[in-house]
Amino acid sequence: MVDDMNQSADALQVLTFDLHGETFALEAGLVREVLDLTPETAVPGSAPFVSAVINFRGRVIPLADLRLAFGLARGADTIDSRIVVIEYELEGGPTLVGLRADKVHEVTSLEAVDTEEAPRVGLRWRTDFIRCLARRDGDLIVVPDLGQIFATKGGATGAVVPLHQA
Amino acid sequence: MSADPVETFRQEAQDLLEQIETGLLDLAHRPGDRTLIDAVFRGLHTLKGSGAMFGFDALAAFTHHCETAFDQVRKGQVPATAELVAAVLDAQDHMRALAEGREAAAATGDALLARLHAAVAAAAGGDPGAEQAAEPVPTATTWKVKFSLPADALVNGTRPLPLLDELRELGPCQVKAITDNVPPLAALEPTECHLAWEVVLTTEHPKAAIEDVFIFVLDDMILEIEALGAPEVSAPAASTPAAVAVSEVAAPLVSIAAESSASETPASEARASRGGETVRVPAERLDELMDRVGELVIAQSRLKQVAAAGADPNLRAVSEEIERLAAELRDTMMVVRMVPVAQLFGRFRRLIHDLARDTGKTIELTTEGETTELDKTVIERLADPLVHLIRNSADHGLETPEERKAAGKSPAGQVRLTARQAGAEVIITITDDGRGVNRERVRAKAEENGLIQPGAVLSDHDLLQLIFHPGFSTAAAITNLSGRGVGMDVVKRTIEGLRGSIEMKSEPGQGSQIDLRIPLTLAIIDGLLVRVGQARYVIPLAAVEECVELSAEQDVRSTGRSLITLRDQLVPFIRLRELFHTGQAPDPHQKIVVVSTGQERVGLVVDQILGDHQTVIKSLSAFHADVETFSGATILGDGGVALILDIAHLVAAGQRRDAQLRAAG
Repeated sequence: MVDDMNQSADALQVLTFDLHGETFALEAGLVREVLDLTPETAVPGSAPFVSAVINFRGRVIPLADLRLAFGLARGADTIDSRIVVIEYELEGGPTLVGLRADKVHEVTSLEAVDTEEAPRVGLRWRTDFIRCLARRDGDLIVVPDLGQIFATKGGATGAVVPLHQA
Repeated sequence: MSADPVETFRQEAQDLLEQIETGLLDLAHRPGDRTLIDAVFRGLHTLKGSGAMFGFDALAAFTHHCETAFDQVRKGQVPATAELVAAVLDAQDHMRALAEGREAAAATGDALLARLHAAVAAAAGGDPGAEQAAEPVPTATTWKVKFSLPADALVNGTRPLPLLDELRELGPCQVKAITDNVPPLAALEPTECHLAWEVVLTTEHPKAAIEDVFIFVLDDMILEIEALGAPEVSAPAASTPAAVAVSEVAAPLVSIAAESSASETPASEARASRGGETVRVPAERLDELMDRVGELVIAQSRLKQVAAAGADPNLRAVSEEIERLAAELRDTMMVVRMVPVAQLFGRFRRLIHDLARDTGKTIELTTEGETTELDKTVIERLADPLVHLIRNSADHGLETPEERKAAGKSPAGQVRLTARQAGAEVIITITDDGRGVNRERVRAKAEENGLIQPGAVLSDHDLLQLIFHPGFSTAAAITNLSGRGVGMDVVKRTIEGLRGSIEMKSEPGQGSQIDLRIPLTLAIIDGLLVRVGQARYVIPLAAVEECVELSAEQDVRSTGRSLITLRDQLVPFIRLRELFHTGQAPDPHQKIVVVSTGQERVGLVVDQILGDHQTVIKSLSAFHADVETFSGATILGDGGVALILDIAHLVAAGQRRDAQLRAAG
């Protein structure tokens, strides 16, 4: 945080969170708020990826589930379940979107050396949904490409394949 | 937006041009109406003035010529002939281009001015144009100009120095400040103007030029212009002795003042552009405010629940107070967003004028109910569909004068545009007395486009509705006017997007009528809150006709057929829980909410009717834009979200499903 100017080029301030045992990271600048679970309203007929809306401070915002984009199973809600509200530029202007998370960790910075382009082989997820991968304490962190995911509304769900052999 | 003075000017110019246009169009019907002439003159004059103030010099210079022409009309020197009005009307487009900063060819402007001058000259008739004759023989005259400004002039932004500079530009002058009214230092208010000036000016320009210098402050100031010595008064009054000229000086001044004050007061049409009476607010701010009011209404209903649950009478009293205030605030807010449809209708008079010119038809537009008010957003979104509908009426509906005469009608085609409020809706009707819709052609076209099977039996109503089908266009040849890529289907979709409906009636040989039913506002509606499964939904109350119980017996009998008999009429119904895949056993006492969508009456089967709900409409994000079943969402008193049913699309979805069921079974 000290040398913000330099960091913007080779480091990424991110919020890390879990989805079905995998660690994901979102650019911290996008994040507006992290909420406890709140009553949801299902929207019949919508894409499964955004099957509900919630009341976020008097606004009705869509609730998206990244797990569906990555073909991860949707487990039951736990005491750790959260909703990460981000503001994202969609067609028609900046839009608040809620993202489900199984657990929210911390805001941290990913160094450029840690991040790598998503390898095309050895990964059965849609590579266009992944902006980059980062290694951290032997763990692999996925930075999803929200633009691509949102544009395709989560796309077709792929097979559930663990990212790393554990 | 509001901070940019140029933008502010553009908006003002827009309004002024609209005002001028309305005046001109009215003038075409009532030539010689003083009020109209004055209104047009005032509009042109203000446009010139503020144009110059904001650096739109080309606009100011151009407008000046039109103003001069109208000044002559105003003074009764030339009559407002049709040619003159038409010339100014055309010139007005040029002004609009200049005001918007578009590149406008100088040649166009010159041509327009030439036409204007010709029109003025023609209007003046054999009597050579008064002013034009005056210009070639300018004679220097010495004037004594005394003026003082009101005390608050400086505060209001008037600066005396430029005024003096402007006088200097007219000719050599001696300026003397009159300090008689300057109070002693202790009482001196530095922001007030206590000075008066006396200027002796020798100029070749007419007296009007001197008055023009003060034209923006004329209303409040004291101005005396006296001719000194024996002036050679220009052509029209060439033989008038000096004494008469002097008395003339005072008279027009008084009359100008009288006119401006007289015409200002009844001028409901002239929107006061001066501060204090009207405030310009960007529409987004109103939207924001509306959002806040919406949130307040939601918070208030939560408070009401809390208060009702508790036993504290004080809390309940406060809650009721807040409820009343919130309701009043909401109503006030709605009124603020309402604008009269006159704003919309005004544009069409010009459209008709142009259409008449382009088609060679004589078209008379009559409007009614212009004071009917609609939400501003709705008005804006209605403009394009209405333009299209009016074009259609004028282009396809109305016949040529010859055809009309042959059909025994008056040669002038009538287009009527009316607006009236009916409950929570405004009904806008476009009627023409033309040839009506050619059923044969509609059928042929529909068959050609594969919309219907050749020889299919259709009711007259269904046949007419084909016009609104995507890709349908009745114009055999696409003319310049209609069919610019926008079809009636787009019109229909836009109207439905406003939660409105469109309906067409047509009588062969007698004309057509199109009714648009538009909800008053997009922001808040009255809704009926219902429960389907666990979820709650809002049905726009305006669409609800009645609520009946679906008896167990009917329920069983209607399985598969989904029709009930309601007062001897078969009404199809849609089981919302099936449509929404709630996947639970239905409640024992289901209800049917009968809604109507223009023609179709349809029942919606719900589990429970929860009651009335003031619905603050929130739009759904782009993610849910394709879910047509819902037109939006709202937040309920307990903080939950309820989706608002889009009746038109829901009925369509239900019918599709019905068709599938029938095909399958």
